[in-house]
Amino acid sequence: MADFDIELDASGLNCPLPVLKARKELNGMKTGQKLRLIATDTGADKDIAAFAKMTSNPLLDFYIDGEKRYFLIEKGAN
Amino acid sequence: MAKKFAIIASKGTLDGGYPPFILASTAAALGYEVKIFFTFYGLQLLRKDLNPKVSPLGNPAMPMPIPVPSIIQVIPGLEWFATWMMKRKLKQKGVASIEELREICIDSGVELIACQMTVDLFDFKQTDFIDGITSGGAATFLEFSSEADTTLYI
Repeated sequence: MADFDIELDASGLNCPLPVLKARKELNGMKTGQKLRLIATDTGADKDIAAFAKMTSNPLLDFYIDGEKRYFLIEKGAN
Repeated sequence: MAKKFAIIASKGTLDGGYPPFILASTAAALGYEVKIFFTFYGLQLLRKDLNPKVSPLGNPAMPMPIPVPSIIQVIPGLEWFATWMMKRKLKQKGVASIEELREICIDSGVELIACQMTVDLFDFKQTDFIDGITSGGAATFLEFSSEADTTLYI
């Protein structure tokens, strides 16, 4: 996974907390900065993609390693 | 312009309270303007002393560790026990509490509207409810839902 500016570990948290935590973190970030989100919620695979798409914060990378899933999200304009 | 999401929350049980708060908080995170209209038993979700319960009584779909016949479910304390078990399970699975989700809704600008007719009907006082809520009637809801992208009755 490429470089990131901020890492957020939402492991152990269930729906909708990974999305809500990501939202909160992204609110404090600057356009172009990258957030690496780690989660164990299997529902987050699709949820984070939907969140990224609907809020125009591109999901640059996603992979699963064991129980952990890693999302690289770029903070979009505004 | 932001998408709009209108919800009617009519249930005040623990399991009935999750869907409106989960969907509202998530919709707010996705950039929606969200309003929840709390009516009838849903008003319990606006209480300061929030303590929603769950009961297996009249709910044959509720998973139980051992089968409990309905006649046993009326025994005092079983509702308390079922609620305690459900809350423990929710915590174990990393699910946010109702209080936490309600807090996130408020912080993210979800408008919580108490149905005035049912507030009067049940003799609720303004002081029973958390601060920052508004009140309104059927027309208030319909005005917003007429422009909403999604409307749900829960």
